Amino acid sequence: MSEEFKIEIVNPEKSFLTKEDATEVVVPAFEGEMGILKDHISIISFLKPGIITIQSKSGEEKFYVEDGIVEFKDNNLSVLTSSIFSLKEIEKNKLQELIKSAEEDSNQSDISDQSKYLADQKIEVLKTLS
Amino acid sequence: MASLDDLKKRITSVKSTQKITKAMKMVAAAKLKRAQDNAEKGRPYSKKMSNIILNLSGSISDKDSSPKLLSGTGKENIHLCVVITSDRGLCGGFNANIIKKAKSYFSKIINEGKELKIITVGSKGNDQLKRAFGDKIIENISFKNSKNTNYFDAEKVGKIIIEKFEKDEFDICTIFYNQFKNVITQIPQAQQIIPLNTEDNGENKTEDSYEFEPDEDEILSNLLPKNISTQIFKAMLENSASEQGARMSAMDNATRNAGEMVDKLTIEYNRSRQAAITKELIEIISGAESL
Repeated sequence: MSEEFKIEIVNPEKSFLTKEDATEVVVPAFEGEMGILKDHISIISFLKPGIITIQSKSGEEKFYVEDGIVEFKDNNLSVLTSSIFSLKEIEKNKLQELIKSAEEDSNQSDISDQSKYLADQKIEVLKTLS
Repeated sequence: MASLDDLKKRITSVKSTQKITKAMKMVAAAKLKRAQDNAEKGRPYSKKMSNIILNLSGSISDKDSSPKLLSGTGKENIHLCVVITSDRGLCGGFNANIIKKAKSYFSKIINEGKELKIITVGSKGNDQLKRAFGDKIIENISFKNSKNTNYFDAEKVGKIIIEKFEKDEFDICTIFYNQFKNVITQIPQAQQIIPLNTEDNGENKTEDSYEFEPDEDEILSNLLPKNISTQIFKAMLENSASEQGARMSAMDNATRNAGEMVDKLTIEYNRSRQAAITKELIEIISGAESL
């Protein structure tokens, strides 16, 4: 029996990535990292800043996301996100820029606890990347 | 009758106008292709988004505690209307159609004695609305500087709307835009985004049991603001495709009209030239005869 399922990552502007042969996907769900294999139960969750890792027949791919929603149903994994970068293509300057803007967000005085948590999370992930 | 020189000048002027409209048509055609592509690429996102929301709102247990963005404030006294138009003119009835639709809606609201607030997106809509409804416009947003429709701009509009909603500045929000059907047909649309209308496309509803992490309420309250931006982005994409389509057909018409005018003027020019020649001949002949 094949262990593959379909993954689709879409952002508002286009369909970012479609793969038919994913075997394991790890997404940074809001309450912790979540690994998804074939025949996972139908689930909806949202993402915090982190790394999406896709294991497929053709190898491993990693993407950095800032936010989004995941939906898994009938062996179709959809990831809706407004900001996603492939780790291979992302540049050092861009990383620094993102860290800077996240730090600014985090240091604002009137920030809510949840957004502060998200901003800090973002900084942490970005720092490990650079 | 106009002199030959005048006619000649008019013909040249119409011809150069024709060149401009022709060029604009070409540019609009090229941009239309791109705008249409963008609109199509943007569809999966908004479709998936509304599917998820449908599923979520279907499975929410307690309707009373659901987020206000979904269920509304319970009142409908203050209406916020977001009118999305273009920043440039010369696109036929494109802007006028949205404005017409919006205006009839506005007068309905005012007749019902409810309060009206307007946000205009795009400078053309602002220009046309500020005469009749100037005191109602609370915000005017324009993206003249951004070359393409991008999500970032839509998010900005979305944030403004949500901010106002959280401050209880309005109860119902409707967006006005042109839906792109084909190059010659654009349909002005009024779509209510707050509170969200979950019943209109019932055929997508699937009775699936999902596992939620964290719980439904939290996902919904995270998702709904995003959905607002997504809906606005979709409207902006449709709008930009419509704008280029409308401009293309308007410029096509203009080019054709200019061609007709050149033909008419050329006939008139030739006639008066012939008349002048005949007149001169008659003068010469009658002069010779009298000798």
